[in-house]
Amino acid sequence: MQSIPLLLFISIVLYWILSNAPGGPLAPYLQNPHITQADIERLRHNFGLDQPLPVRYLRWLGMVVAGNLGYSTSNSEPVASAILERMPATLLLMGCSFFLSLVVGVAAGILAAIRPYSAVDYLVTTFAFFGQSMPVFWFALMLQLAFAVTGITAFGYHIALPSAGISSSDEFDLGDRIEHLILPTVVLSLAYIATWSRFTRSSMLEVVKTDYMRTAAAKGLDRFQIIMRHGLKNALIPVVTIIALSMPGLVAGAVVTETIFAWPGMGRLFYNALGQFDFSLLMGYLMMVSVLVVLFNLVADVAYAWLDPRVKYD
Amino acid sequence: MAATLAPGALAPPVPEDDVRIERHGVWKRFRRHRLALAGAAVLALVTFVAVFAHWLAPADPNFIDQAHWSGYPLAPGVAGHSLGTDENGRDLLSRLMYGAQISLTVAFFAVAMELLIGTVLGALAGYYGGWVDYWLMRLTDVFLSIPLLPLLLVLTAIVSATSSKASLGFGVIVIIIGGLSWPPVARLVRASFLSLREKEFCEAARALGNRDGRIIFRHLLPNAVAPIIVQGTLEVANVIILESTLSFLGFGIQPPTASWGNMLANAESNMAIAPWVAIFPGLCILVTVLAINYLGDGLRDALDPNMK
Repeated sequence: MQSIPLLLFISIVLYWILSNAPGGPLAPYLQNPHITQADIERLRHNFGLDQPLPVRYLRWLGMVVAGNLGYSTSNSEPVASAILERMPATLLLMGCSFFLSLVVGVAAGILAAIRPYSAVDYLVTTFAFFGQSMPVFWFALMLQLAFAVTGITAFGYHIALPSAGISSSDEFDLGDRIEHLILPTVVLSLAYIATWSRFTRSSMLEVVKTDYMRTAAAKGLDRFQIIMRHGLKNALIPVVTIIALSMPGLVAGAVVTETIFAWPGMGRLFYNALGQFDFSLLMGYLMMVSVLVVLFNLVADVAYAWLDPRVKYD
Repeated sequence: MAATLAPGALAPPVPEDDVRIERHGVWKRFRRHRLALAGAAVLALVTFVAVFAHWLAPADPNFIDQAHWSGYPLAPGVAGHSLGTDENGRDLLSRLMYGAQISLTVAFFAVAMELLIGTVLGALAGYYGGWVDYWLMRLTDVFLSIPLLPLLLVLTAIVSATSSKASLGFGVIVIIIGGLSWPPVARLVRASFLSLREKEFCEAARALGNRDGRIIFRHLLPNAVAPIIVQGTLEVANVIILESTLSFLGFGIQPPTASWGNMLANAESNMAIAPWVAIFPGLCILVTVLAINYLGDGLRDALDPNMK
């Protein structure tokens, strides 16, 4: 229940930071020689910019509570619809990355934990370290270099993938869409595969040591069944928490990936708004991501208590 | 702890041996971690190159080799440029060396600032508890809930657009990164202080009439330093990535100053004819960050075997 005051504080901090940005709705008029100083003052008054900051903030808050995120200063489009319009592309990229990270990360973590300190474990751990240390934008550049600029010839096939955009033509084509998705998805997933596999591994190693695992082994179950049916359920509880907590990061992290791959999502919208100091758009985007963080913190808490009956919250 | 007790204090002097054994254990555990040793060696090498870049670099990082350059990046090995030149005909190796200087300096100062703010706020929150703790932790929540990268982008964009200077000084980047990334440190320090303040030695220090400031910094802090060192090391890696990402997107270190991030900014357009311009700066980031992460991992195992 602390979420609401927390979000209010966040909005105050963000509003204050962004109020220092140059530009604003008056910027297009200031350069126009046909507009007099009196007109500027009148516009300033009409926009409410002559009011002190707290008053402006409260007006903005009232507007947002009523469901209006304001209007983009660059093209007067409502911010909410601008963000919503870009949301499907981001959700598609996010969803694919989430799925890839989940499958590969958890599977790699289990494989490593089944035989700790084996060659497989060593491979997974090393990969996780590389994944966590990789600068995302450079990884994107290298994939573009390998698959889009030069292309790779393997097993007699020449593999070339598009390096930018979401589709080659206006008509929807599933194969084309998948080709455009591959590189951004891999780039966005790398860090999560790395983190989630490390987490799954250490969580699984903890579980393997427990008494009920030994009991299961004593019952004569084979190793695969012990791991999959008794171990995994318990080992994944902390992993679920980490996954919930990294969901907002998947959205925010898409800023870099979407920018490099010219992916028409919310992250790229934010990046473009940055160059023009589009106040309402920046504010709307930052608030939206912050709401996601707070929301998924709650989700993580609830999921943890729900999955693990041993955890009790007051 | 023993070292922080003044001579003549009430506690019996701890034999010198114990202290040595303790330190020996840390070094022994760290030495076993061969990848951490390798990481430390690589980091030492990068630091050496960064510090002595002025003497080691084959050319001035901003010198344009007009004698050979004709509008396109020169390939590695051509005209004495061992790693080639960038799209402006500047020696890539020299720019990488000076870039190391920028990356490490920004990371060092930003992390120092981050540790300072985080440690002080975390210590105050953990030691005093009550409303101090409540409000400091709400402040921490606010900064933890706003995703760091978008916030950094907005702040650097605003500062660079409103400042009178044409280019963004690296001090600004340090202050912005350091001023925003302290919350995890504050949480960490607070957690250690919450348990340390209940310990008997803390009670003893209080009973002796020490001031709060002395108890916090001389008695409790030395016991909370291990996780701070580990976190600080890993944060250096994070900050290098953050700074290079900002610089790559055009909101960090501004050209012509070389930084590993901004060297990659223009590499994309020339990637087909000059892949080396795109490969080497990123490789430097990857290797340095990887080395620091292994070092941090080794330090974690060595300083606190119970920590996972």
